[in-house]
Amino acid sequence: MASLWEYANPRKFMDTSAWLLPWATGIAALCLVTGLVWGFFFTPDDFRQGSTVKIIFIHVPAAIMAINAWLMMLVASLIWVIRRHHVSALAAKAAAPVGMVFTMIALFTGAVWGQPMWGTWWEWDPRLTSFLILFLFYLGYMALWEAIDNPDSAADLTSVLCLVGSVFAVISRYALLFWNQGLHQGTTVSNAGVGVEEGVAPTFLYPLMISLTGFAFLFLALVLYRTRTEIRARRLKALIAQERMG
Amino acid sequence: MPDLGSYATEVLSAYAGTLILLAAIVVASVWKARQVRARLDEAETRRGRV
Repeated sequence: MASLWEYANPRKFMDTSAWLLPWATGIAALCLVTGLVWGFFFTPDDFRQGSTVKIIFIHVPAAIMAINAWLMMLVASLIWVIRRHHVSALAAKAAAPVGMVFTMIALFTGAVWGQPMWGTWWEWDPRLTSFLILFLFYLGYMALWEAIDNPDSAADLTSVLCLVGSVFAVISRYALLFWNQGLHQGTTVSNAGVGVEEGVAPTFLYPLMISLTGFAFLFLALVLYRTRTEIRARRLKALIAQERMG
Repeated sequence: MPDLGSYATEVLSAYAGTLILLAAIVVASVWKARQVRARLDEAETRRGRV
């Protein structure tokens, strides 16, 4: 069996991602269409939340993937810091805009859902605030990559920022356990089917799981695709530098 | 189209906003990939000529 570290070789990564990418894209498209069409058209209204419950099929997967994207960036950054594999640093860089978009979706759909349910678009509640800070960390991380010319220095500094931001990624997920206050409800997805009152009913859970799978594969496909672009951009930079040196 | 009742604006705007943001990241990724690939092809062609 091939060692995981073989994928640190850009050529090996390009070869493997070339055949993985169509599969990831296909599964993402299939699951997103199935999950969202099922959720939007074929689920009933909730007895308390009415039709706004349909927002769950985009809000929850986007929020989960916003946190997971940062954790993936953390793992890739640690691999860069410890083993100096360039592909891992480029994968972290490639993942940031995707994670940022998922965070924006979670914040936007949360506000749109919160207004009719809580009577406000925004509340400085632990989970909402930690998500906003996570979003700002995404922006800072992307800005730092662009601000530094030397790619190795940029990878070093963004890795440190990623490590610090991970605190907020973890807080975003467990805010309600740390501070039992605020408007945002507790975990419902993992309580489903265990008889807990707040758990998601199976009617909503199945399309939600399919939508979540779609978001996860969309993330995978976009990160693979964008990492391939970053590898090509790095090679382009090297070729231009060679030309200048004559 | 399901009957969304009095929350139609909220539900539809949540879905529309999400689809716009997802489309934006996909289009931006494809646009950047094509641009980088074209410039890399040019640079490799120049290198081949030398």
